[in-house]
Amino acid sequence: MKHLFAKLYVWLLLAILYAPILIIIIFSFTEARVLGNWTGFSTKLYQSLFSGGVNNSLFVTLLNTFAIAFIAASASAVLGSLAAIGIFNLRRKTRNTVLFLNNIPILNPEIITGVSLFLLFVSLGISQGFMTVVLAHISFCVPYVVLSVLPRLKQMNPSLYEAALDLGATPMQALRKVIFPEIKPGIISGFILTFTLSFDDFVVSLFTIGNEGLQTLSTYIYADARKGGLTPELRPLTSLIFIVVLVLLFIVNQRAKKSAVHEK
Amino acid sequence: MQDFNYIIDVRNIHKSYKDKVVLDNINLSVKKGEFVTILGPSGCGKTTLLRLIAGFLPATSGQIFIGGKEITGIPPYKRPVNTVFQKYALFPHLNVYDNIAFGLKLKKLPRKEIDRKVARVLKMVSMTDYEYRSVDSLSGGQQQRVAIARAIVNEPEVLLLDEPLSALDLKMRQDMQMELKELHKNLKITFLYVTHDQEEALTLSDTVVVMSEGVIQQTGTPMDVYNEPANSFVADFIGASNILNAEMIEDELVRFANHDFKCVDKGFGEHTPVDVVLRPEDIVVFENPSNGMLCGKIQSVVFKGVHYELTVLTEDGYELLVHDYNCFNVGATVGLAVKPFDIHVMKKERVCNTFEGKLIDSSHVEFLGHEFECKEVEGIEAGERVKVEVDFGDVELLDNEGMIEGEVKYILYKCDRYHLTVLTDWDENIYVDTQDVWDDGDKVGISIMPEHIRVIHL
Repeated sequence: MKHLFAKLYVWLLLAILYAPILIIIIFSFTEARVLGNWTGFSTKLYQSLFSGGVNNSLFVTLLNTFAIAFIAASASAVLGSLAAIGIFNLRRKTRNTVLFLNNIPILNPEIITGVSLFLLFVSLGISQGFMTVVLAHISFCVPYVVLSVLPRLKQMNPSLYEAALDLGATPMQALRKVIFPEIKPGIISGFILTFTLSFDDFVVSLFTIGNEGLQTLSTYIYADARKGGLTPELRPLTSLIFIVVLVLLFIVNQRAKKSAVHEK
Repeated sequence: MQDFNYIIDVRNIHKSYKDKVVLDNINLSVKKGEFVTILGPSGCGKTTLLRLIAGFLPATSGQIFIGGKEITGIPPYKRPVNTVFQKYALFPHLNVYDNIAFGLKLKKLPRKEIDRKVARVLKMVSMTDYEYRSVDSLSGGQQQRVAIARAIVNEPEVLLLDEPLSALDLKMRQDMQMELKELHKNLKITFLYVTHDQEEALTLSDTVVVMSEGVIQQTGTPMDVYNEPANSFVADFIGASNILNAEMIEDELVRFANHDFKCVDKGFGEHTPVDVVLRPEDIVVFENPSNGMLCGKIQSVVFKGVHYELTVLTEDGYELLVHDYNCFNVGATVGLAVKPFDIHVMKKERVCNTFEGKLIDSSHVEFLGHEFECKEVEGIEAGERVKVEVDFGDVELLDNEGMIEGEVKYILYKCDRYHLTVLTDWDENIYVDTQDVWDDGDKVGISIMPEHIRVIHL
């Protein structure tokens, strides 16, 4: 009996968690323009999404969003990994201080990050657009990469770097041939994490996007919803994004599992 | 001038972190092809010395030469040495072949030559056919062999080994010791080996360097350091031993355990306090007490395979460790004797505690960072620097707070008392004789009565 309740509780929890997404997916297979009306099964929304039935700006927006997320995640992966190596080699006291400073932007309310970045760009006289969004995204993504790379460094046998030097590798060669392969899983998961963070970021993007007509997916949906109801084609789009993220997550998990087995 | 007979020449090396001295004026010369072991307890600075030679750490001052060339400021990747690390430090993302070929590939050797060299060293460490195994799938012993192969494939002038066998179990360790010795014979290169295991050091080396607290205590052949320890630390650290306070009455006559013994040592002067070392296997046991020089009662008997280990308490309260092939009954009274040749006399490093201090007023003196009350001092101005002496037996150790606090760092059993080295919070050692049992690392309070403090004009 107790067991049954425990099981029920878990299923209830999962249902509440996934209900909104399920609703979007279900209603992406109907033609009704208003969300919540079921007018029979149809894949028309998917067809119109891919045949460009919606205005072309959705595709431009999607492309921008991907480009920003890709550039921001790549740059953060490089900067964050180097920062993690630097932080790892600090003395304990300094390391804790720097780590604390690293964690503040993560806990800082996004609205404050957004406003302060906006003020920074304005006071420096930088015209806002694609570049400023990318820079803003990099600034809040780097701490996450640091946090995902550091554990790999801690796990690493501390003598590996010295062993490489001992065998004749210069510090750069040691970094490339020994340290990098060791922390690669951390860099990859950091990349995926920051990619999704950048992809769905709204607050910071809104403040740094300028008024040159640049849109990311989140600002587009927001503007679209305010204009008079959600464009129906967004339903199949969000469903597809969800599936892609699900697949990505699955891959990351599989990798983690594999490396755990490897370690044993 | 550089002496070319020595492959490694370490000169006046100092290493300190902030004010903590790790290595204090180390001088070490190693001949080409020698197997040298640096032996010492953990924290004695032996690994630091090895890391200085490998180039992973910079020295605070001093010079290091390898093969006649100064390498003190040269980075590790340009030094003609290779290291076998304590935890192997194999590259987990590379297989056995790529691990061993790592150094050769960096040197851009042709593929064929790399193949040939890797195959050769794999054969030397009996790991042929393991080339394409991942290093994680290997046992500890096998990983160790790969680590050794990875180092020697580069044909270094000196092979540095940092406690390479400490992670292996006893049987495996003994096998690997023999293999290392064989490898050393075949390669004819210099091995510098760091360990805390005295048996390993005695088994493997041509020369043993005993270190403690950043200082080389003794350098010599395994026989030398075992039979002729330079001081009580070496005697205690290497092998089992009885160390006693003694008095050199005159040349070839020494008094300890309330008995005069003939010995073969001379030149210590008359009535000089010394330390005496008796190896347990050098003490002869007689069933008839009157046949021995000392008379004692057997406290315990432990069977050790080849011999029995006895503890014998003499009439005067000295507890001696004795090895004998015969079994005795606990409680039996026996006679003990030692041949003059087997009594090893050592100079004492110190006979009492000496501190530098400052006289506060005629009855107060400051040393070890604390103001102590002392007997009335005459003839010294207040505020003057003075020398303070306290006998070992006059320092009291307390469970709770004393005048100053300290930590027990080293315990030497002297058959009737413990001789403790206590590091005070002031970062200076105080030496204490006590009957009480303390453990390594115990936090203690220290107190000294006024009448036991001797203030001496500098």
